[in-house]
Amino acid sequence: MTLTPRRRRRIIRVAGYVVFGLALVGAIAAADWGRLSDAFFRSDVAGSMFPEAITVALRNTIVYTLLAFVFGLTLGLVLALMRLSSILPYRWFATAYIELFRGLPALLVLFMVGYGVPLAFPDREIPGGVYGSVTVGLGLTAAAYMAETIRAGIQAVPKGQLEAARTLGMSHGRAMVSIVLPQAFRIVIPPLTNEIILLTKDTSLVYVLGVTSTTIELTKFAGDTLNTKVNPTPLVVAGLLYLVITLPLSQLVRGLERRAARER
Amino acid sequence: MPAIEITALHKSFGSLEVLRGIDLTVAAGEVVCVIGPSGSGKSTLLRCVNLLEGPTSGSIRVAGIEVTDPDCDIDAVRRGVGMVFQQFNLFGHLTVRENVTIAQRRVLKRSRAEADRIAAENLDRVGLADKASSYPAQLSGGQQQRVAIARSLAMEPQLMLFDEPTSALDPELVGEVLAVMRGLVADGMTMLVVTHEMAFAREVASRVVFMDDGVIVEQGPPVEVFGKPREERTREFLHRVLEPARVSESEIGAHLTD
Repeated sequence: MTLTPRRRRRIIRVAGYVVFGLALVGAIAAADWGRLSDAFFRSDVAGSMFPEAITVALRNTIVYTLLAFVFGLTLGLVLALMRLSSILPYRWFATAYIELFRGLPALLVLFMVGYGVPLAFPDREIPGGVYGSVTVGLGLTAAAYMAETIRAGIQAVPKGQLEAARTLGMSHGRAMVSIVLPQAFRIVIPPLTNEIILLTKDTSLVYVLGVTSTTIELTKFAGDTLNTKVNPTPLVVAGLLYLVITLPLSQLVRGLERRAARER
Repeated sequence: MPAIEITALHKSFGSLEVLRGIDLTVAAGEVVCVIGPSGSGKSTLLRCVNLLEGPTSGSIRVAGIEVTDPDCDIDAVRRGVGMVFQQFNLFGHLTVRENVTIAQRRVLKRSRAEADRIAAENLDRVGLADKASSYPAQLSGGQQQRVAIARSLAMEPQLMLFDEPTSALDPELVGEVLAVMRGLVADGMTMLVVTHEMAFAREVASRVVFMDDGVIVEQGPPVEVFGKPREERTREFLHRVLEPARVSESEIGAHLTD
């Protein structure tokens, strides 16, 4: 029997499936299912986490994410416009800010906002308690990333759009608000949604600010439950609840990108 | 008072001098077509009139107002000067109707009802009354360009600038845009048109201006410029444009050497 190129390709392909199947069967056979389910899938431990896991921890995770996102988006838009300004000091400031906050760990910035600033100004405090500190602490970093995204979006709007608006007698500011920014935001919705996903995960850093039973978020809540129950099931529950937020968002991004590709 | 009065206009991009001393006057009601090879500076000249490009030196007056004066309210001048671009530049996030009303509402502060009425009139004029709710991406190039003309007309300009309005169109769509432009000529609109459509220029222009290498080489009524051009460079250009199939191999690149 001769080995034709077609037959050879088929043999290699079948071998690929076989290797994967054997590896899967081997892993399933080797796993100690009793121990695994005792450690990670204890229904009584999981059950004890509800309803607080949703009404408090998941809720706070979402609230922290949204607060930081709105703060970061607003500041990011201002920074993006400064970056594109014709006034040199504005460009300098925006560039320095973006480089600085993109280069620092989010945790360090959170420490700075939560502890550094209060130590420096003991007579003043960030309004909103933990919520305020989280908004600023995570938002400052997010703003740097979003500023770059928004700037790229503004620059992706063809120059002719601004020219057409100006020739109709619109001022530069009016043309930006009515014509350029709405189109720029359409372009950056997918990357901004990705930013929300990143922020959702970064809210797990919030515990360093010292959260209470009412301001607790998913990761800290899972960690605390793990300590009291001496069982890692809460980590799995928390992980699943994160996915409840992030999976639909990444589906949304994929859908939006497909739509954008179709319109082009 | 002339609609446009350009004196000693120079424009450089870095070390590249694109306009090298242009004098041109367009009287009210005149239709002036600017022709010439690419890179001759004709689009830059047009874009200087409404200050999309800032002149390096020289003076430009539009309806008597010195637009090159730093104290000139350029937004006010632009309201009276319509402009149509090669790439249409319709606002992609707005419907056709909104494209035609947004500047009326935001710049002229017209009420929604009045802006909608004027938009409907102008869309009807360019034959697109039924497309008011469409988005630009849903239209053909010819339709988009006609919307762009309606958008300019809705501002009730005294002067219209056209920057190669048919150059980005498929050949079968050129006619519908030229038909709309001929309609404007018939209504007495003052127009400055940069174009490669020689038949259009010959038919409707009150004056044809031939530009090459940043200067006006010659100008005059179409019968003269097309019929018996005085300058060798004009003859050479018209030969290449009007009889492209007759350009011989020995002429390849000849226009670049002078």
